[in-house]
Amino acid sequence: MPASDPTATALTSADTLPSETTETTETTETTETTETRAARRAAEALAQVEVARGSRTAASAERLEDIRTRPLEQLDPGSPSAFRDESVFAKFERLRREDPVHFTPAEHTRMGAYWSLTTWEHIMAADTDPETFSADAGIAMRPEPGEGDASLADAYEDPAERAASSQDGPTSQTAQTNHDAQPFQIQSLLSMDPPEHDLHRQIVAPGVAPTRLTDLEPLIRERAQKILDGLPIGEEFDWVDLVSKELTAMTLATLLNFPQEHRRRLTDWSDAVTAIAGPGQAIETPEERVAAMGEFFATLMGVLESRRAEEPGLDFASLLAHSPHTGEFTKAQLFGDLVVLLVGGNDTTRNTITGSLYALSRWPEQFAKLRSGEAKIPSMVSETIRWQTPLTHMMRVATKDTELGGKTIRKGDRVALWYISGNRDTAVIEDPDEFIIDRKNPRRHISFGFGIHRCLGNRLAELQLRIIWEEILVRFPEIHVVEEPVRTFDNFVRGYESMRVLIPRRNAAEAR
Amino acid sequence: MTTITFQIHDGSEQPIEAETGIPLMEAAVENDVPGIDGDCGGMAACATCHVYVDEAWCQKLGERTPAERAMLENSFDVQENSRLACQIPVTEELDGLRVEVAPS
Repeated sequence: MPASDPTATALTSADTLPSETTETTETTETTETTETRAARRAAEALAQVEVARGSRTAASAERLEDIRTRPLEQLDPGSPSAFRDESVFAKFERLRREDPVHFTPAEHTRMGAYWSLTTWEHIMAADTDPETFSADAGIAMRPEPGEGDASLADAYEDPAERAASSQDGPTSQTAQTNHDAQPFQIQSLLSMDPPEHDLHRQIVAPGVAPTRLTDLEPLIRERAQKILDGLPIGEEFDWVDLVSKELTAMTLATLLNFPQEHRRRLTDWSDAVTAIAGPGQAIETPEERVAAMGEFFATLMGVLESRRAEEPGLDFASLLAHSPHTGEFTKAQLFGDLVVLLVGGNDTTRNTITGSLYALSRWPEQFAKLRSGEAKIPSMVSETIRWQTPLTHMMRVATKDTELGGKTIRKGDRVALWYISGNRDTAVIEDPDEFIIDRKNPRRHISFGFGIHRCLGNRLAELQLRIIWEEILVRFPEIHVVEEPVRTFDNFVRGYESMRVLIPRRNAAEAR
Repeated sequence: MTTITFQIHDGSEQPIEAETGIPLMEAAVENDVPGIDGDCGGMAACATCHVYVDEAWCQKLGERTPAERAMLENSFDVQENSRLACQIPVTEELDGLRVEVAPS
C-alpha cells in the first residue's frame, strides 16, 4: 500500500521527531565511514525510540477528552481514524466500563446502525453461538462515504467525530466519495453458517494442517534467512516492504502454488479486497477495486482450471479443484473461498510481524528479555498477536431477538465483535495495555476468534512469526525503529503502511 | 488423584496425576503436557486440547457435547475417537486412562 496518506503525518506528527534533522545530517556528513555513520544513526535511533514509546496514543488531549465526555449514543467505535491515532482504545475503555453492549444509531455513524460487543465474555458468547449470530452478513464493518469532496477523515467519519479529530491537522487531498462497491462482502466460508460452512472449511483445511506445516517449516526458514541476509546494514529501510510483506507474500504464493515471481500481486489484490477506498490507500477509488477484483477473479479461476488438469496437491486451489463436493459450488463461492484464505494470510501475519518489532522497540526491557532468552519467542509471538489484534473485529447479524448484557438485540441487527477490545479487557487480561512478552498466560487472547470460524491458519501465522524471530535474533544484535510507523487508515485491518528501521550491524559471528 | 497418560507428539508418554473434578485440559495444562494449549479456557471453542482417546475408554467417556461436536467438525485430523480434553471432567473412574495428543 502506498504510504503517502497525509493524515498519517498530521495525526502522528506531534510524536515524531522532525525528519529534517536526520536528513540534513545525512547530506552534510557524506565523508563519514559506513561504520561511524551507522553508530551515529543507531544513537539517534535510540533517542527516537524513547519518543516512540511515550506515544501510547497520538491523539490530541482534546480528542481524548471528547471521547470521555460525549453522550454515549454518539460514540462510534467503528470510525476509522480513531484506529490510526489509537484513540479507539479510549473509546473501548469507556464502553467496557459504561456500556459494554453498545448501540450506535445510524445518525451517529457512517457504518450504518450497529451494536458493539466490547467485553471478552460477550464476544466469546456471540462467537460460540453461530445460530444466533450469523456470519452471513459480511464479516467486516465498512463505511459508506459521505457526500461531496472531502478528506479521507471527512468522507468516512461521523460529523461529530470529524469535528473532534480536525484539530489533529487539516488534510489537503480529497477522498473519492462515490458509493463504493461494498468491499469484503464476498461469499466464502468465513461468511457462511453451518452446515455449508463446515463443508467448505473441511475441503481447504489440509492446506494448512499440522503435517503440512511441518513440511513447510524448512522452506519458510530458508526464505526468512534469505530475506534477513539481504537487508541493508547501517541505512534506513522500510521493514514492512522488505520483511513483513516479502515473507508473507512468499507463503501465500506457496499456499496457492502460485508463481513466486508474481507473489506481490497476491499481496496487492488481497489489500485491494479489504482497503477503504481513498487517496493514499491500497485502492484510491471504487473503480480501482472493481478492476483489481476482476483481475483477481480471472487469475484465480485460471489457477483452478489448470489445477483440475494436474495431479491433486495440497495447495488451496488444488484442494478445491479436486474435491468431489465443489462441483456444486458457484464460481463466486470458489473465488470467495480462495480470496478469504489469501486475505486471511496476508495483512494479518504481515502486520503482526511489523507489530512485533514495533512493540519490542516501544518496550525495550521486553526486547532485552527476549535477547537474553529469559522470555521465549513463542510467548512473545502470542503476546504480539494479542497486543496487535491485526483484525479488530468480525461482524455478525442476529438471526433472532436476543438478550446480551441486559440489552435486547433485535433480529436483523448487525453486531460487531470487537476483538481489539476483548484483548484489553481487564476481567481476563492483567495490565492489558502493557506489552509483557512473558505474561502468565500469553495464549489467552481473542485475536483468532473462537468457535467454528476460528482462524484456520493460526498455527501458520505463529510459525512464520517464530521463525522470523529465531532468525532475527541470531543475526542482529540491535534493530531500531527510527520513527513512528505509518498506520493503516482502517477500522478492520489494524496495521502499518510502512515502518522505517535501522540495523546498525550484524552479530560478530554472522559478520565473518 | 487420577493417573492419566498422555502420548505426546514425539511418541513418548507422559503420565500425570490429575485432580478429580477439573476438566482434563486443565489438568494437562497444569502438568505442562506439550500440545495441550487450552487457548479458549475450556469453552470447546478453539480445539487446542484435541486428543485421541484409547478405544477401550471411548464408551466410558460418553458422547461429545454439542459445542465440542461443532468444533471438531472444523478441526484438523479428526478421528472417530477424537475428543476435546476440556469437555472431559476428570473422575476417579478415569484412573488409567490413556490419550494421544492430536497433531497441532
